[in-house]
Amino acid sequence: MHSSDYRYPLDPDPTRIRSAKIVIAGGFGVGKTTMVGAVSEIEPLTTEAVMTSAGTEHDDLSGVPDKTTTTVAMDFGRITIGPDLILYLFGAPGQTRFWFMWDQLHRGAIGAVVLADVRRLPDSFASIDFFENRQVPYLVAVNCFDGAPVYPEADLREALTIPPHVPVMLCDARDRESSKSVLIGLVRHVIDLHQRGVPVGQR
Amino acid sequence: MLPGAGDDPRGELVRPYAVTRGRTEPTRDIAIEAILVTTARGAQEAPYAGRHKQLIAQLCSHSPLSLAEISSHLRVPIGVARVLVADMASEGLLAVYQQSDDESQGERIEMLERILGALQRL
Repeated sequence: MHSSDYRYPLDPDPTRIRSAKIVIAGGFGVGKTTMVGAVSEIEPLTTEAVMTSAGTEHDDLSGVPDKTTTTVAMDFGRITIGPDLILYLFGAPGQTRFWFMWDQLHRGAIGAVVLADVRRLPDSFASIDFFENRQVPYLVAVNCFDGAPVYPEADLREALTIPPHVPVMLCDARDRESSKSVLIGLVRHVIDLHQRGVPVGQR
Repeated sequence: MLPGAGDDPRGELVRPYAVTRGRTEPTRDIAIEAILVTTARGAQEAPYAGRHKQLIAQLCSHSPLSLAEISSHLRVPIGVARVLVADMASEGLLAVYQQSDDESQGERIEMLERILGALQRL
C-alpha cells in the first residue's frame, strides 16, 4: 500500500484532524468485509489482535512459545469525509471468543451495524446482545444474498428478538448504494437518539 | 513482510512482540482509529529510531493514517503497533489525535451531521 492511494493531503492544520468509526458486526461469512469494501475508498485492509489463554491482549508473549493464543483478524476500510475528518469502518467477527477485542473496538464508535444472514440468524444473537448491554447504538441489516428467502421485517424482528427501538433494514452488502443506505440509516438513528436525549453508551 | 513473519503459524503469533522487545503495555492508550501525524521532530529524528519507527514516521508524513492502518502496513498486530506508536508519541516523534472524553453533545451531533451529509453525497 502506498501513500498515493489516499486522495487527500494532510490538512494544513493537523490539530483539527479527527476520526470516527462504525463497527460492522456479524457472524462468520455474513458479508462484513464485502460491505466494508462496497463503500470504502481503499481496498479493505486487515489488522489483527492477539490474545493469550489468559484472556488479555496485554500478556507478555516473549519466551512463551507454547502458550495458547487466539488471533482475530479484522478487515477495515475508510471514507474521507473531509481533510480534517476520516470515517473508519471495522468488520468485527461476532463470535463470543473474540470479545476481548470488542471493548476497544466499540469504545468511541458512532455505532454498529449488525449484519445478519436469514439462513443463519442465530449467528447474530451474540452481537445484538453485546450492543444492547453496552448501550451502543446499532441497527440490524439483513443481507439478502442471491436466492436467500425474503421475509417480512416483522418476522425478522421477531426471530431475532430485536427491540422495537432498533431499526431493521434489508440490504445487499455487495451493492455500494445499498451498503451506503445502511450506514446513512445508522448515522440518522444515532443523531435521532442524541436529539431525543437517549444515553448512547460509553465513550 | 517483516523478517521472521514467515509461514510458521506459531511463529507469527509469538514473534511480533520481539519488535517491542517483549513489551506489550503501551505507555498510553491509543484508539484503533486514532489519527497519527509525524511531527517536525519525528521527520528529523525517526531515521535514527530504528526500522519500524522510521517506517511509521514515513507513512504518517504524507497523509493522515490511523493506528489500524499502521498495524496493517507494518504487518504487526494492533497491540504491537500501539506500543511503538505510544513510544513515538512520548518521544515527540508522532502527534496522536483522538476523540476526547470532554467532547460536548453539540460537537458530537455536528460531526455526525457532517458524516451523514458526506455519505449522502458519496
